[in-house]
Amino acid sequence: MSIDWIVPALLTIVTAATPLVFAAVGEVVVEKAGVLNLGVEGMMIIGAIAAFATAVSTGSGVLAVLAGAVAGLLVALIFGLLTIYLQSNQVATGLALTIFGLGLSALIGHSYVGKTFPGLAKLDIAGLTTIPVIGPLLFGHDGLVYLSVVSVGLVAWFLNRTRGGLLVRAVGENHDAAHSIGYSVTLIRMAAILFGGAMAGIGGAYLSLAYTPLWVENMTAGRGWIALALVVFASWKPWRAFFGAYLFGGITIIQLYAQGMGVEVSAQFLSMLPYLATIVVLVIISRDKVKARLNAPACLGRNFHASG
Amino acid sequence: MTSKLRFAGIALAGLLAAGASGAAQAQLKIGFVYVGPIGDHGWSYEHNQGRLAIEKALGTKVSTTYVEKVPEGADAQRVISKLASSGHGLIFTTSFGYMNPTLRVAKQFPKVKFEHATGFKRADNVATYSARFYEGRYVVGKIVGKMTKSNTLGYVASFPIPEVIRGINATILGARSVNPDIKIKVVWVSTWFDPGKEADAAKTLIDQGADIIMQHTDSPAPVQVAEQRGIWAVGQASDMTQFGPKAHLTAIIDNWGPYYVARAQAVLDGTWKSTDTWDGFKPGMVQLAPYNPAIPADVVALAEETRKGIIDGSVHPFAGEIKDQSGKVIVKAGEVASDKFLSGMNVYVEGVDGTIPK
Repeated sequence: MSIDWIVPALLTIVTAATPLVFAAVGEVVVEKAGVLNLGVEGMMIIGAIAAFATAVSTGSGVLAVLAGAVAGLLVALIFGLLTIYLQSNQVATGLALTIFGLGLSALIGHSYVGKTFPGLAKLDIAGLTTIPVIGPLLFGHDGLVYLSVVSVGLVAWFLNRTRGGLLVRAVGENHDAAHSIGYSVTLIRMAAILFGGAMAGIGGAYLSLAYTPLWVENMTAGRGWIALALVVFASWKPWRAFFGAYLFGGITIIQLYAQGMGVEVSAQFLSMLPYLATIVVLVIISRDKVKARLNAPACLGRNFHASG
Repeated sequence: MTSKLRFAGIALAGLLAAGASGAAQAQLKIGFVYVGPIGDHGWSYEHNQGRLAIEKALGTKVSTTYVEKVPEGADAQRVISKLASSGHGLIFTTSFGYMNPTLRVAKQFPKVKFEHATGFKRADNVATYSARFYEGRYVVGKIVGKMTKSNTLGYVASFPIPEVIRGINATILGARSVNPDIKIKVVWVSTWFDPGKEADAAKTLIDQGADIIMQHTDSPAPVQVAEQRGIWAVGQASDMTQFGPKAHLTAIIDNWGPYYVARAQAVLDGTWKSTDTWDGFKPGMVQLAPYNPAIPADVVALAEETRKGIIDGSVHPFAGEIKDQSGKVIVKAGEVASDKFLSGMNVYVEGVDGTIPK
């Protein structure tokens, strides 16, 4: 049997995983700061329409990505103001944010249905991209794919190796203690929320600019929720979230290939596989109760009030 | 004071009632319930085009309202009931999953007429209608059978229901009638709408040798992938040329307008009856998007000849002899498949790769 399909399959996996990487890694930072923002889907879809609208009207991929990031950040700002300053319930606010995002994007996107955009430019380095197998895999992607890998590295470094990262984690583990030694819990959380929003926005931008360069309502189709699951799956570690996204994307794509090759397994079972794999890994990593508890930010989902 | 208020209230109610009944006599209010957004560029979009056709054809004799993105289930019943109780005389419920909600509401509002798309349960005031999309797929099969170089067709499928299986079978029957060596590969994505997943499935099929991508899902993403990869594609539900100007061979278009206008007219005339309609090319319920100029003239001629043959009855997509994958004859030579057989189709015919997911 020919193995010609392996390289294209790997390329398809990269495009399937990249939006998840952005959204999941952003949410890792948010949750590390002790905030549970379930509005990832809403922030992604707003990022997707903002990026697509910008791409169609300006023709610039860079501006479009920036617009996606800013749009995601603005939606996250609403979440931050409500939960951090007005003390609203994080779970309910996050859910509302998703519904709001889906509705608002449909409203904004009304006149963009059916428009097209050629897609983000692919990196093409003379002599490198044409190397068989390795060339297209390493040098044949659009800029956002590389940005996603770099951002995972930066987030991992920031959280584990810098003073700022330590503060984020401190706020997420024990906000009262962080407050008592003089750090502003509200500002640190706000910054984390905004970062998470911008990353989700870029993830959405990847969908509407590179994955499928078009706009249709509800085009995120649940990817924000998968990103949320990946954060838990990754036990709040950036690189694990990255690999989780690739594992998820990989199983999704491989099941499509298996069907095309006539493997006699039911499509429904294969569609279920990525979720099954997530659950299996969750069970494995949470077998050790102490360790699992150590990984989850202790103040996750709890609102902070200075007087309390 | 109290009595004055009460009097005002009664007067107001009377005025409202008078206004409502006056409007009901002058105009037929028609309601539409859509499962997707009208901006989906597919299924719901085309039903909305049908609504606009009614407005255009009947003008001030009717007024229409629509509710979009109504989930199938309890919400649907509430929406349909709201439409029925607010003076609508004719209500189109345009998704399979609205079947039971429609029937329940119809029981409560015997004077209101209901039209349910793609269902099979009827009542005195509930009619059903659907389109023979497989006629379009058969013509498309002839075109792709002539256009393919790799003799491998790729088909992005949603769920293994008779409607979808019938489409796959009609395609391969059309294709094999002009090119007996052709194969069709099917990838099931288990969704009607997920642009990303549909695109991934299309890429998969192309990587495995397909040089024409067909779909029974609703987003234009597969057409776009075909355009990027420089191969052919066939659109679904509405004309998708703009997503792949070079790739788009044609598309099977759902055209509900003529049926909707006729049914609305029947209510106005008082001749409406509960019927079961399953129409194809003949009344124009199924149409093909303009052929890609790159298709050779003889292939266009063949497609048109087939389409006309289906209209005048000389061609039937499911005319015997048809064998299933195991070689068993499912439609005998000289016979055509019955509507009952077609509507319950659950086997692949010869030439389809793989098995139907169970």
